[in-house]
Amino acid sequence: MGVAKYVKNGKDGIEEVIYQSGIRVKPVYTPKDLEEVGFDYEKDLGDPGQYPFTRNLHPQGYRSRAWTTRQYTGFGTSQETNKRFKMMISHGQTGLNVAFDLPTQMGYDSDSPEALGEVGRVGMAVDSLRDFEVAFEGIPLDRIGSGLTINAVASIMLAMYQAVAEKSGYPKEKISATPQNDILKEMIGRGAWIFPVEDAVRLVGDSIEYAVKELPRCNPVSICGYHIRESGATPAQEIAYAFEIAKAYMDNVIQRGMKAEDFVGRFSFNLNVFGNLWEQIAKFRAARKLWAKMLREEYGVEEKKKLFLRGLFGGGGSGLTKNQPENNIMRGAYYALGAALSGAQTTALCSFDEAYTIPTPRAALLSLRTLEILMDEVGLRDTVDPLAGSYFIETITKQMEEKIIEEMKQIQEIGGMVHAVATGFIQRKVARQAYEYEKGVQQGEYIKVGVNKYVDEADQPTDVELHQYNESWVDQQISNLKELRRTRDNREVTRTLKELEQGTRAGKNVMPLLVNCCRAYATVGEMAGVFRDLFGEWDEPGLF
Amino acid sequence: MSEKKIKILVGKPGLDGHDRGAKVIALALRDAGMEVVYTGLHQSIEQIVRTAVQEAVDVIGLSIMSGAHIPICKKLLELMAAEGIQDIPVVVGGVIPKQDVPHLKQLGIRGVFPGGMPFDAIISEIQEIVG
Repeated sequence: MGVAKYVKNGKDGIEEVIYQSGIRVKPVYTPKDLEEVGFDYEKDLGDPGQYPFTRNLHPQGYRSRAWTTRQYTGFGTSQETNKRFKMMISHGQTGLNVAFDLPTQMGYDSDSPEALGEVGRVGMAVDSLRDFEVAFEGIPLDRIGSGLTINAVASIMLAMYQAVAEKSGYPKEKISATPQNDILKEMIGRGAWIFPVEDAVRLVGDSIEYAVKELPRCNPVSICGYHIRESGATPAQEIAYAFEIAKAYMDNVIQRGMKAEDFVGRFSFNLNVFGNLWEQIAKFRAARKLWAKMLREEYGVEEKKKLFLRGLFGGGGSGLTKNQPENNIMRGAYYALGAALSGAQTTALCSFDEAYTIPTPRAALLSLRTLEILMDEVGLRDTVDPLAGSYFIETITKQMEEKIIEEMKQIQEIGGMVHAVATGFIQRKVARQAYEYEKGVQQGEYIKVGVNKYVDEADQPTDVELHQYNESWVDQQISNLKELRRTRDNREVTRTLKELEQGTRAGKNVMPLLVNCCRAYATVGEMAGVFRDLFGEWDEPGLF
Repeated sequence: MSEKKIKILVGKPGLDGHDRGAKVIALALRDAGMEVVYTGLHQSIEQIVRTAVQEAVDVIGLSIMSGAHIPICKKLLELMAAEGIQDIPVVVGGVIPKQDVPHLKQLGIRGVFPGGMPFDAIISEIQEIVG
């Protein structure tokens, strides 16, 4: 049933339950279980807002502040995206999470041959600062924070965000952007990588260093266990790999002479709420604790706020099904419940139609309403960490901690995350697990309602209203780009790109150079092209 | 029982990086006794055609999740015709709305495997197509 392993007797009674992370669940928990795992309130939990923050980062949780809702949005041109941003904000959304199309994510201009068929398809097309000017027109950038879901060229987008804010009259000290900027997870899971591992990690390091010095309200990296989980990792691996990735970035910045204390408070996480409800809650509680402990004990971080595991806990897409798609609305609600019970600071849900297409406005709004109902109607704001003290939850939270540590050790033993990714170790491992899971679903070992149980044979595949991809956006995007190339100061573009090239080669921080390129309306393809020429592209390790 | 082993190219054309499906099906086809050539990510259509020729595969399978399946398939089939390998059957899997299936078939795509289709069904359809 669900993603856990269930052994049943002849009468549908459950004999055994084993979670994906390997935790065996008992039918009954008592104070004796807490004793057996060595549970200690002060050491393991502490009060909410107290180290090690297992219960919550803040003393009163949602009482003092409800979660931030940040649905992933963006498609077509910047005009279309701007309209959708404004619609979501008018319906109460409190932050943006910008989706970029694949050419932008991969550092190609909309008129490059590689972009064919992809312009504006899975996100907004961005060729230059001009597109950002339109996309963020009328958005109060000092109040609304923006997640920028982009990785290989995250440094370029962060620079462009600064440039657009300054042009609209918001000083760089006031803006809050969170570029995803987690390239190692792209190499494990999401696949939007360009440059070889070492060069790619250097760009991440550059943007962290720059943000710490110049952009006081920006979080330069959002480490995504989310996509690693989607690729086939267990919940324990999701956290373990995310932490090992974080350490790889930290090491890069520490090598530049900075201390973890100076920058780690800017890290945020993007984690996944797909799977067994209790296992997820244990995972998030254990993760908050382990992160704080690791930073304090291994990296000497002392200031309280810098020990916070901050971030977005979002409903995972891989739990949603194509069959009986309306069921995904209910699934989303339960994932959101799990996120709320875990004390998620920020949240988002995949919309019910995402197994088909990017969400229609109606589907996106339903997701937002699901989140709002939890906070405003059901009572999730009443008290902080409502499950604390449960014999069951506290026992498995301790056990989860052990599982995460075991998974981290395995990565350390093979030489750390950069090595594990460069050799394809992680990729092969999670792909194999994804395959085993898929086999389990097909054989009915893992139950998916509407897929392998309660399948209504008479039911025709449901018609879902589809988001329409509009070909005319492509023509408009490309003609705007051509117009831009004609009308901008091309000498200034050439000059700033030349400086970028020389600075990158000399090992300088690329960020100020990118800001200058953006201000001159250099295109994403031109800036990424400088990096492509210097770094080359990553040679992905094989699957078998 | 010396049936010839089917050799299949599993390709991820274009910029989309969501490769869980491609990897899972590659592993499933290999377990089913096929010889699988997995291209890895970000392959241009030209690269896929070149690999198909070099490896002399019996069938080409594409995994497409971004919604760009129609332009990609069109371009692949054109290039295959130009290279004289139009006899190699092409199958496609991924996020494919059902209203696009007739269009893909009409272009000359032999099998369409939307997300969630059982491995056994995919395997037997490929076996049938290859003959």
